[in-house]
Amino acid sequence: MSRAALLVLSDGRFPAGGHAHSGGAEAAVVAGRIRNADDLAAFCRGRLHTTGLTAAALAAAAAHGHDPLALDEAADARTPSPALRAVARKLGRQLMRAARATWPGEELDAFALARPRGGHQPVVLGLTARSAGLAPEDAAHCAAYETVGGPATAVVRLLSLNPFDATAVLARLAPELDHVAELAAAAARGPIGELPAFSAPLLDIAAEAHAARPVRLFAS
Amino acid sequence: MSVRATARITAVRDARGATTLPVLESDGPLALRRTRAVVPGVARVTVVGAMSAPLGGDRLAVQVRAGQGARLTVDSAAATVALPGPGPEAAAAHYAITLKAEEGAELHWLPEQLISAHGSELHMTTVAELATTARLVLREEQILGRHGETTGTLLSRLTVHRAGRPLLDQQLAYGPAAPGGWDGPAVLGGYRAAGQLLVVDPAFDDRGPDARLLGATAVLTRLAGPAVLVSVLAADARELRAVLDRAAEELAAAARGRAPAAAHG
Repeated sequence: MSRAALLVLSDGRFPAGGHAHSGGAEAAVVAGRIRNADDLAAFCRGRLHTTGLTAAALAAAAAHGHDPLALDEAADARTPSPALRAVARKLGRQLMRAARATWPGEELDAFALARPRGGHQPVVLGLTARSAGLAPEDAAHCAAYETVGGPATAVVRLLSLNPFDATAVLARLAPELDHVAELAAAAARGPIGELPAFSAPLLDIAAEAHAARPVRLFAS
Repeated sequence: MSVRATARITAVRDARGATTLPVLESDGPLALRRTRAVVPGVARVTVVGAMSAPLGGDRLAVQVRAGQGARLTVDSAAATVALPGPGPEAAAAHYAITLKAEEGAELHWLPEQLISAHGSELHMTTVAELATTARLVLREEQILGRHGETTGTLLSRLTVHRAGRPLLDQQLAYGPAAPGGWDGPAVLGGYRAAGQLLVVDPAFDDRGPDARLLGATAVLTRLAGPAVLVSVLAADARELRAVLDRAAEELAAAARGRAPAAAHG
Protein backbone atom coordinates (compact mmCIF):
# COMPACT_ATOMS: atom_id res chain seq x y z
CA MET A 1 0.00 0.00 0.00
CA SER A 2 0.97 3.59 -0.50
CA ARG A 3 0.53 5.80 2.56
CA ALA A 4 0.77 8.88 0.35
CA ALA A 5 -2.15 7.71 -1.81
CA LEU A 6 -4.26 7.53 1.35
CA LEU A 7 -3.33 11.13 2.16
CA VAL A 8 -4.29 12.28 -1.33
CA LEU A 9 -7.65 10.48 -1.19
CA SER A 10 -8.57 11.64 2.32
CA ASP A 11 -7.48 15.23 1.77
CA GLY A 12 -10.41 17.65 2.02
CA ARG A 13 -9.01 19.33 -1.12
CA PHE A 14 -9.48 16.16 -3.19
CA PRO A 15 -11.94 17.46 -5.81
CA ALA A 16 -14.95 15.27 -5.01
CA GLY A 17 -17.46 17.91 -3.95
CA GLY A 18 -17.66 17.00 -0.27
CA HIS A 19 -17.14 20.62 0.85
CA ALA A 20 -20.73 21.49 -0.14
CA HIS A 21 -22.13 19.06 2.46
CA SER A 22 -22.26 19.30 6.25
CA GLY A 23 -23.22 15.68 6.99
CA GLY A 24 -26.39 16.77 8.75
CA ALA A 25 -24.61 19.33 10.91
CA GLU A 26 -26.38 22.34 9.40
CA ALA A 27 -29.81 20.83 10.12
CA ALA A 28 -28.67 20.11 13.69
CA VAL A 29 -27.43 23.68 14.10
CA VAL A 30 -30.72 25.08 12.75
CA ALA A 31 -32.68 22.84 15.16
CA GLY A 32 -30.54 24.09 18.07
CA ARG A 33 -28.99 20.68 18.70
CA ILE A 34 -25.42 21.85 18.00
CA ARG A 35 -24.52 25.08 19.81
CA ASN A 36 -20.88 24.58 20.85
CA ALA A 37 -17.83 22.33 20.59
CA ASP A 38 -19.23 19.80 23.10
CA ASP A 39 -22.39 19.37 21.04
CA LEU A 40 -20.24 19.00 17.92
CA ALA A 41 -18.25 16.24 19.63
CA ALA A 42 -21.44 14.39 20.63
CA PHE A 43 -22.83 14.80 17.11
CA CYS A 44 -19.65 13.52 15.47
CA ARG A 45 -19.36 10.60 17.90
CA GLY A 46 -22.96 9.55 17.25
CA ARG A 47 -22.58 9.88 13.49
CA LEU A 48 -19.29 7.97 13.52
CA HIS A 49 -20.69 4.94 15.37
CA THR A 50 -23.88 4.78 13.28
CA THR A 51 -23.85 5.85 9.64
CA GLY A 52 -20.05 6.24 9.85
CA LEU A 53 -19.53 2.56 10.62
CA THR A 54 -22.10 1.61 7.99
CA ALA A 55 -20.35 3.72 5.31
CA ALA A 56 -16.90 2.54 6.39
CA ALA A 57 -17.97 -1.08 6.07
CA LEU A 58 -19.42 -0.51 2.58
CA ALA A 59 -16.19 1.22 1.52
CA ALA A 60 -14.03 -1.53 3.00
CA ALA A 61 -16.17 -4.19 1.31
CA ALA A 62 -15.81 -2.48 -2.08
CA ALA A 63 -12.04 -2.20 -1.56
CA HIS A 64 -12.00 -5.86 -0.56
CA GLY A 65 -13.47 -6.80 -3.94
CA HIS A 66 -17.15 -7.51 -3.19
CA ASP A 67 -19.55 -6.91 -6.11
CA PRO A 68 -20.08 -3.12 -6.17
CA LEU A 69 -23.61 -3.46 -7.58
CA ALA A 70 -24.65 -5.69 -4.69
CA LEU A 71 -23.02 -3.21 -2.30
CA ASP A 72 -24.89 -0.36 -3.96
CA GLU A 73 -28.16 -2.23 -3.34
CA ALA A 74 -27.09 -2.86 0.28
CA ALA A 75 -26.40 0.87 0.62
CA ASP A 76 -29.92 1.67 -0.64
CA ALA A 77 -31.42 -0.67 1.97
CA ARG A 78 -29.32 1.09 4.64
CA THR A 79 -30.48 4.57 3.58
CA PRO A 80 -34.23 4.97 4.16
CA SER A 81 -34.14 8.72 3.49
CA PRO A 82 -34.60 9.59 -0.21
CA ALA A 83 -32.81 12.90 0.40
CA LEU A 84 -29.77 11.06 1.74
CA ARG A 85 -29.85 8.50 -1.09
CA ALA A 86 -29.81 11.39 -3.58
CA VAL A 87 -26.89 13.02 -1.77
CA ALA A 88 -24.96 9.74 -1.61
CA ARG A 89 -25.40 9.19 -5.35
CA LYS A 90 -24.51 12.77 -6.24
CA LEU A 91 -21.33 12.59 -4.14
CA GLY A 92 -20.61 9.17 -5.63
CA ARG A 93 -20.86 10.58 -9.14
CA GLN A 94 -18.53 13.48 -8.32
CA LEU A 95 -16.02 11.19 -6.64
CA MET A 96 -16.13 8.82 -9.61
CA ARG A 97 -15.07 11.63 -11.97
CA ALA A 98 -12.12 12.51 -9.76
CA ALA A 99 -11.23 8.86 -9.23
CA ARG A 100 -11.16 7.98 -12.93
CA ALA A 101 -8.82 10.92 -13.53
CA THR A 102 -6.48 10.09 -10.64
CA TRP A 103 -6.41 6.28 -10.39
CA PRO A 104 -8.06 5.00 -13.58
CA GLY A 105 -9.05 1.35 -13.70
CA GLU A 106 -11.42 -1.11 -15.34
CA GLU A 107 -13.45 -1.71 -12.19
CA LEU A 108 -14.14 2.01 -11.82
CA ASP A 109 -15.13 2.21 -15.50
CA ALA A 110 -17.48 -0.77 -15.20
CA PHE A 111 -19.23 0.62 -12.11
CA ALA A 112 -19.52 4.09 -13.69
CA LEU A 113 -21.14 2.48 -16.72
CA ALA A 114 -23.57 0.46 -14.58
CA ARG A 115 -24.51 3.46 -12.41
CA PRO A 116 -24.33 6.46 -14.77
CA ARG A 117 -26.22 8.69 -12.32
CA GLY A 118 -23.84 7.79 -9.55
CA GLY A 119 -23.33 4.89 -7.17
CA HIS A 120 -23.46 5.34 -3.40
CA GLN A 121 -20.43 7.39 -2.36
CA PRO A 122 -18.94 4.86 0.12
CA VAL A 123 -19.00 2.16 -2.58
CA VAL A 124 -17.27 4.48 -5.06
CA LEU A 125 -14.80 5.44 -2.33
CA GLY A 126 -13.94 1.80 -1.70
CA LEU A 127 -13.47 1.13 -5.42
CA THR A 128 -11.28 4.23 -5.67
CA ALA A 129 -9.12 3.03 -2.80
CA ARG A 130 -8.84 -0.36 -4.50
CA SER A 131 -7.81 1.31 -7.75
CA ALA A 132 -5.20 3.34 -5.83
CA GLY A 133 -3.74 0.15 -4.37
CA LEU A 134 -5.04 0.84 -0.88
CA ALA A 135 -6.29 -1.77 1.60
CA PRO A 136 -9.90 -2.19 2.81
CA GLU A 137 -8.97 -0.73 6.19
CA ASP A 138 -7.59 2.38 4.43
CA ALA A 139 -10.92 2.82 2.64
CA ALA A 140 -12.72 2.38 5.96
CA HIS A 141 -10.48 5.02 7.60
CA CYS A 142 -11.23 7.41 4.75
CA ALA A 143 -15.01 6.90 4.97
CA ALA A 144 -15.05 7.09 8.77
CA TYR A 145 -12.98 10.27 8.77
CA GLU A 146 -15.28 11.90 6.21
CA THR A 147 -18.31 11.28 8.43
CA VAL A 148 -16.81 13.49 11.14
CA GLY A 149 -14.52 15.80 9.16
CA GLY A 150 -17.40 17.22 7.09
CA PRO A 151 -19.55 18.23 10.10
CA ALA A 152 -16.55 19.69 11.98
CA THR A 153 -15.55 21.93 9.05
CA ALA A 154 -19.17 22.95 8.45
CA VAL A 155 -19.82 23.90 12.07
CA VAL A 156 -16.79 26.21 12.04
CA ARG A 157 -18.57 28.17 9.30
CA LEU A 158 -22.10 27.83 10.65
CA LEU A 159 -21.41 28.83 14.25
CA SER A 160 -18.14 30.72 13.79
CA LEU A 161 -16.71 28.04 16.05
CA ASN A 162 -13.00 28.36 16.79
CA PRO A 163 -11.26 26.09 14.22
CA PHE A 164 -8.81 24.95 16.91
CA ASP A 165 -11.73 23.66 18.99
CA ALA A 166 -13.27 21.90 15.99
CA THR A 167 -10.00 20.21 15.12
CA ALA A 168 -9.50 19.22 18.77
CA VAL A 169 -12.88 17.42 18.56
CA LEU A 170 -11.56 15.39 15.61
CA ALA A 171 -8.24 14.68 17.31
CA ARG A 172 -9.97 13.35 20.41
CA LEU A 173 -12.10 11.06 18.23
CA ALA A 174 -8.98 9.50 16.62
CA PRO A 175 -8.93 6.32 18.73
CA GLU A 176 -12.64 5.73 18.01
CA LEU A 177 -12.03 6.36 14.30
CA ASP A 178 -9.33 3.69 14.33
CA HIS A 179 -11.70 1.32 16.13
CA VAL A 180 -14.54 1.91 13.67
CA ALA A 181 -12.17 1.37 10.72
CA GLU A 182 -11.01 -1.93 12.26
CA LEU A 183 -14.60 -3.11 12.79
CA ALA A 184 -15.49 -2.13 9.23
CA ALA A 185 -12.48 -3.90 7.72
CA ALA A 186 -13.25 -7.05 9.73
CA ALA A 187 -16.89 -7.00 8.60
CA ALA A 188 -15.80 -6.53 4.98
CA ARG A 189 -14.28 -10.02 5.04
CA GLY A 190 -17.75 -11.48 5.70
CA PRO A 191 -20.88 -11.62 3.52
CA ILE A 192 -22.54 -8.41 2.28
CA GLY A 193 -25.79 -9.17 4.12
CA GLU A 194 -23.99 -9.09 7.45
CA LEU A 195 -22.24 -5.75 6.96
CA PRO A 196 -23.11 -3.24 9.70
CA ALA A 197 -26.32 -1.29 9.07
CA PHE A 198 -26.35 1.20 11.94
CA SER A 199 -28.59 4.18 11.46
CA ALA A 200 -29.31 7.42 13.32
CA PRO A 201 -33.00 8.44 13.51
CA LEU A 202 -32.34 12.16 13.89
CA LEU A 203 -30.02 12.23 10.87
CA ASP A 204 -32.72 10.61 8.73
CA ILE A 205 -35.50 12.87 10.00
CA ALA A 206 -33.45 16.08 9.77
CA ALA A 207 -32.18 15.25 6.27
CA GLU A 208 -35.70 15.44 4.82
CA ALA A 209 -36.40 18.70 6.69
CA HIS A 210 -33.13 20.16 5.42
CA ALA A 211 -33.76 19.14 1.81
CA ALA A 212 -37.11 20.98 1.92
CA ARG A 213 -35.58 24.19 3.32
CA PRO A 214 -35.40 26.99 0.71
CA VAL A 215 -32.39 28.75 2.25
CA ARG A 216 -29.38 26.75 3.37
CA LEU A 217 -25.62 27.03 3.30
CA PHE A 218 -24.88 23.34 2.70
CA ALA A 219 -26.65 20.93 0.34
CA SER A 220 -27.00 18.31 3.12
CA MET B 1 -33.10 -20.23 34.99
CA SER B 2 -33.02 -18.74 31.56
CA VAL B 3 -35.69 -19.72 29.09
CA ARG B 4 -35.55 -20.92 25.50
CA ALA B 5 -38.84 -20.70 23.68
CA THR B 6 -40.02 -20.56 20.09
CA ALA B 7 -43.62 -19.75 19.21
CA ARG B 8 -44.88 -20.51 15.70
CA ILE B 9 -47.78 -19.23 13.65
CA THR B 10 -48.71 -20.36 10.15
CA ALA B 11 -51.64 -18.84 8.32
CA VAL B 12 -53.02 -20.27 5.06
CA ARG B 13 -55.86 -19.35 2.77
CA ASP B 14 -58.44 -22.13 2.46
CA ALA B 15 -60.54 -23.11 -0.58
CA ARG B 16 -63.26 -20.58 0.33
CA GLY B 17 -60.75 -17.75 0.62
CA ALA B 18 -60.78 -17.55 4.39
CA THR B 19 -57.54 -17.56 6.39
CA THR B 20 -57.03 -20.48 8.77
CA LEU B 21 -54.27 -21.21 11.27
CA PRO B 22 -52.95 -24.78 10.88
CA VAL B 23 -50.01 -23.97 13.18
CA LEU B 24 -50.46 -22.03 16.40
CA GLU B 25 -47.77 -23.19 18.80
CA SER B 26 -47.25 -21.43 22.10
CA ASP B 27 -44.01 -22.04 23.98
CA GLY B 28 -42.88 -21.04 27.48
CA PRO B 29 -43.60 -17.39 28.14
CA LEU B 30 -44.91 -16.88 24.60
CA ALA B 31 -48.58 -17.80 24.69
CA LEU B 32 -50.57 -17.38 21.48
CA ARG B 33 -54.33 -16.82 21.35
CA ARG B 34 -56.55 -16.64 18.32
CA THR B 35 -58.50 -13.44 18.90
CA ARG B 36 -61.51 -11.86 17.24
CA ALA B 37 -60.60 -10.27 13.94
CA VAL B 38 -60.99 -6.53 13.67
CA VAL B 39 -61.23 -6.76 9.88
CA PRO B 40 -63.50 -9.50 8.43
CA GLY B 41 -61.59 -12.24 6.60
CA VAL B 42 -58.34 -11.50 8.41
CA ALA B 43 -57.09 -13.98 11.00
CA ARG B 44 -55.81 -12.39 14.18
CA VAL B 45 -53.38 -13.81 16.72
CA THR B 46 -52.46 -12.11 19.98
CA VAL B 47 -49.22 -12.87 21.80
CA VAL B 48 -50.07 -13.03 25.48
CA GLY B 49 -47.06 -12.60 27.76
CA ALA B 50 -47.86 -15.29 30.32
CA MET B 51 -44.71 -14.51 32.29
CA SER B 52 -42.47 -11.53 32.50
CA ALA B 53 -39.94 -11.85 29.70
CA PRO B 54 -37.41 -11.52 28.27
CA LEU B 55 -35.05 -11.76 31.23
CA GLY B 56 -31.29 -11.66 30.79
CA GLY B 57 -30.11 -14.99 29.35
CA ASP B 58 -33.46 -15.85 27.74
CA ARG B 59 -33.62 -16.83 24.07
CA LEU B 60 -37.04 -16.20 22.64
CA ALA B 61 -38.24 -16.51 19.08
CA VAL B 62 -41.47 -15.95 17.21
CA GLN B 63 -41.81 -17.39 13.72
CA VAL B 64 -44.69 -16.24 11.56
CA ARG B 65 -45.58 -17.44 8.08
CA ALA B 66 -48.43 -16.13 5.98
CA GLY B 67 -48.96 -18.54 3.07
CA GLN B 68 -50.16 -17.60 -0.41
CA GLY B 69 -53.05 -15.18 -0.22
CA ALA B 70 -53.43 -15.48 3.56
CA ARG B 71 -54.30 -12.42 5.62
CA LEU B 72 -52.93 -12.36 9.15
CA THR B 73 -52.57 -9.80 11.90
CA VAL B 74 -50.34 -10.55 14.89
CA ASP B 75 -50.45 -8.21 17.87
CA SER B 76 -49.71 -8.49 21.57
CA ALA B 77 -51.72 -8.06 24.74
CA ALA B 78 -49.16 -5.95 26.60
CA ALA B 79 -45.80 -4.27 26.26
CA THR B 80 -42.68 -6.44 26.30
CA VAL B 81 -40.36 -5.44 29.12
CA ALA B 82 -36.69 -6.39 28.81
CA LEU B 83 -35.46 -7.03 32.35
CA PRO B 84 -32.02 -7.81 33.76
CA GLY B 85 -31.30 -11.45 34.48
CA PRO B 86 -30.50 -12.74 37.95
CA GLY B 87 -27.02 -12.02 39.32
CA PRO B 88 -24.46 -9.40 38.40
CA GLU B 89 -23.01 -11.36 35.45
CA ALA B 90 -26.27 -12.18 33.69
CA ALA B 91 -26.04 -12.64 29.94
CA ALA B 92 -27.97 -10.59 27.44
CA ALA B 93 -31.43 -11.73 26.36
CA HIS B 94 -32.07 -12.57 22.71
CA TYR B 95 -35.36 -12.15 20.90
CA ALA B 96 -35.62 -13.21 17.25
CA ILE B 97 -38.65 -12.51 15.11
CA THR B 98 -38.98 -14.03 11.64
CA LEU B 99 -41.79 -13.03 9.33
CA LYS B 100 -42.53 -14.68 6.00
CA ALA B 101 -45.20 -13.52 3.61
CA GLU B 102 -45.76 -15.49 0.42
CA GLU B 103 -47.33 -14.31 -2.87
CA GLY B 104 -50.49 -12.30 -2.35
CA ALA B 105 -50.26 -12.58 1.44
CA GLU B 106 -50.89 -9.69 3.77
CA LEU B 107 -49.13 -9.71 7.12
CA HIS B 108 -49.55 -7.14 9.87
CA TRP B 109 -47.03 -7.36 12.71
CA LEU B 110 -48.23 -4.92 15.35
CA PRO B 111 -46.76 -5.74 18.76
CA GLU B 112 -47.05 -3.41 21.73
CA GLN B 113 -44.00 -1.40 22.85
CA LEU B 114 -40.66 -2.89 23.78
CA ILE B 115 -39.51 -1.33 27.04
CA SER B 116 -35.83 -1.49 27.92
CA ALA B 117 -35.65 -1.55 31.72
CA HIS B 118 -32.64 -0.26 33.64
CA GLY B 119 -29.85 -2.85 33.81
CA SER B 120 -31.25 -5.05 31.04
CA GLU B 121 -29.54 -5.99 27.79
CA LEU B 122 -31.59 -7.22 24.87
CA HIS B 123 -30.45 -8.22 21.39
CA MET B 124 -33.42 -8.17 19.09
CA THR B 125 -33.55 -9.21 15.46
CA THR B 126 -36.48 -8.97 13.10
CA VAL B 127 -36.11 -10.59 9.69
CA ALA B 128 -38.90 -10.33 7.12
CA GLU B 129 -38.88 -12.26 3.83
CA LEU B 130 -41.50 -11.05 1.40
CA ALA B 131 -42.61 -12.41 -1.93
CA THR B 132 -43.00 -9.87 -4.74
CA THR B 133 -46.77 -9.45 -4.32
CA ALA B 134 -46.86 -9.75 -0.51
CA ARG B 135 -47.90 -6.85 1.69
CA LEU B 136 -46.41 -6.11 5.09
CA VAL B 137 -47.35 -3.63 7.79
CA LEU B 138 -44.84 -3.64 10.63
CA ARG B 139 -44.70 -1.42 13.67
CA GLU B 140 -41.94 -1.32 16.24
CA GLU B 141 -41.62 0.95 19.23
CA GLN B 142 -38.73 1.18 21.64
CA ILE B 143 -39.17 2.86 25.02
CA LEU B 144 -35.88 3.57 26.77
CA GLY B 145 -36.43 2.95 30.46
CA ARG B 146 -39.60 2.60 32.52
CA HIS B 147 -40.95 5.77 34.10
CA GLY B 148 -38.21 7.70 35.88
CA GLU B 149 -35.36 5.23 35.30
CA THR B 150 -32.42 5.18 32.91
CA THR B 151 -32.52 2.80 29.99
CA GLY B 152 -31.03 -0.65 29.65
CA THR B 153 -29.08 -1.63 26.56
CA LEU B 154 -31.00 -2.35 23.42
CA LEU B 155 -29.39 -3.64 20.22
CA SER B 156 -31.75 -4.31 17.39
CA ARG B 157 -31.63 -5.08 13.70
CA LEU B 158 -34.51 -5.01 11.25
CA THR B 159 -33.85 -6.67 7.91
CA VAL B 160 -36.46 -6.84 5.16
CA HIS B 161 -35.95 -8.73 1.92
CA ARG B 162 -38.39 -8.53 -0.96
CA ALA B 163 -38.15 -11.11 -3.74
CA GLY B 164 -34.79 -12.11 -2.25
CA ARG B 165 -33.29 -8.60 -2.53
CA PRO B 166 -32.55 -6.27 0.41
CA LEU B 167 -35.21 -3.59 0.91
CA LEU B 168 -34.41 -2.29 4.40
CA ASP B 169 -31.56 -3.05 6.76
CA GLN B 170 -31.34 -1.05 9.92
CA GLN B 171 -29.47 -1.48 13.19
CA LEU B 172 -29.96 0.51 16.37
CA ALA B 173 -27.82 0.54 19.50
CA TYR B 174 -29.03 2.44 22.57
CA GLY B 175 -28.07 2.43 26.23
CA PRO B 176 -25.01 2.07 28.44
CA ALA B 177 -23.37 -0.73 26.42
CA ALA B 178 -23.91 1.02 23.05
CA PRO B 179 -21.06 2.96 21.42
CA GLY B 180 -20.84 6.66 22.32
CA GLY B 181 -23.09 9.35 20.94
CA TRP B 182 -26.35 7.31 20.88
CA ASP B 183 -28.09 9.88 23.07
CA GLY B 184 -26.58 12.88 21.29
CA PRO B 185 -27.66 15.33 18.60
CA ALA B 186 -27.09 12.95 15.66
CA VAL B 187 -29.00 9.95 16.97
CA LEU B 188 -31.68 10.35 19.68
CA GLY B 189 -31.12 13.91 20.94
CA GLY B 190 -32.42 12.98 24.39
CA TYR B 191 -35.71 11.47 23.18
CA ARG B 192 -36.75 8.33 25.05
CA ALA B 193 -39.27 6.83 22.64
CA ALA B 194 -38.38 5.75 19.11
CA GLY B 195 -40.63 4.00 16.65
CA GLN B 196 -41.22 3.05 13.08
CA LEU B 197 -44.02 1.98 10.85
CA LEU B 198 -43.07 0.11 7.70
CA VAL B 199 -45.59 -0.49 4.94
CA VAL B 200 -44.50 -2.62 1.99
CA ASP B 201 -47.07 -2.66 -0.77
CA PRO B 202 -46.43 -3.64 -4.40
CA ALA B 203 -48.83 -0.84 -5.41
CA PHE B 204 -46.23 1.69 -4.19
CA ASP B 205 -44.13 0.64 -7.19
CA ASP B 206 -46.04 3.05 -9.41
CA ARG B 207 -47.13 5.70 -7.02
CA GLY B 208 -46.95 6.14 -3.29
CA PRO B 209 -46.78 8.95 -0.84
CA ASP B 210 -43.74 11.20 -1.26
CA ALA B 211 -41.36 11.91 1.59
CA ARG B 212 -42.66 14.50 4.01
CA LEU B 213 -42.31 15.64 7.60
CA LEU B 214 -45.01 14.56 10.06
CA GLY B 215 -43.70 16.84 12.81
CA ALA B 216 -40.40 18.17 14.14
CA THR B 217 -39.13 14.65 14.88
CA ALA B 218 -41.20 12.50 12.56
CA VAL B 219 -40.79 11.77 8.89
CA LEU B 220 -42.37 9.61 6.22
CA THR B 221 -39.90 8.36 3.61
CA ARG B 222 -40.12 6.26 0.47
CA LEU B 223 -37.59 3.45 0.46
CA ALA B 224 -35.72 2.44 -2.69
CA GLY B 225 -38.52 0.00 -3.45
CA PRO B 226 -42.31 -0.20 -3.06
CA ALA B 227 -42.32 0.69 0.62
CA VAL B 228 -42.83 3.56 3.00
CA LEU B 229 -41.11 3.99 6.34
CA VAL B 230 -42.38 6.33 9.04
CA SER B 231 -39.69 7.16 11.62
CA VAL B 232 -40.61 8.94 14.81
CA LEU B 233 -38.85 10.15 17.96
CA ALA B 234 -40.99 11.27 20.87
CA ALA B 235 -40.79 12.15 24.54
CA ASP B 236 -42.83 9.14 25.64
CA ALA B 237 -44.76 6.07 24.51
CA ARG B 238 -48.13 7.82 24.28
CA GLU B 239 -46.90 10.63 22.08
CA LEU B 240 -45.05 8.13 19.90
CA ARG B 241 -48.13 5.94 19.40
CA ALA B 242 -50.29 8.93 18.54
CA VAL B 243 -47.99 9.92 15.65
CA LEU B 244 -47.66 6.32 14.39
CA ASP B 245 -51.44 5.76 14.56
CA ARG B 246 -52.12 8.89 12.55
CA ALA B 247 -49.59 7.83 9.92
CA ALA B 248 -51.06 4.29 9.81
CA GLU B 249 -54.56 5.66 9.25
CA GLU B 250 -53.39 7.92 6.45
CA LEU B 251 -51.49 5.13 4.72
CA ALA B 252 -54.44 2.74 5.08
CA ALA B 253 -56.77 5.36 3.62
CA ALA B 254 -54.38 5.90 0.73
CA ALA B 255 -54.29 2.13 0.10
CA ARG B 256 -58.12 1.92 0.19
CA GLY B 257 -58.36 4.79 -2.26
CA ARG B 258 -56.11 2.94 -4.67
CA ALA B 259 -57.20 -0.68 -4.40
CA PRO B 260 -60.59 -1.96 -5.61
CA ALA B 261 -62.88 -3.01 -2.76
CA ALA B 262 -62.96 -6.60 -4.05
CA ALA B 263 -59.31 -7.02 -3.12
CA HIS B 264 -60.40 -6.91 0.51
CA GLY B 265 -63.18 -9.51 0.21
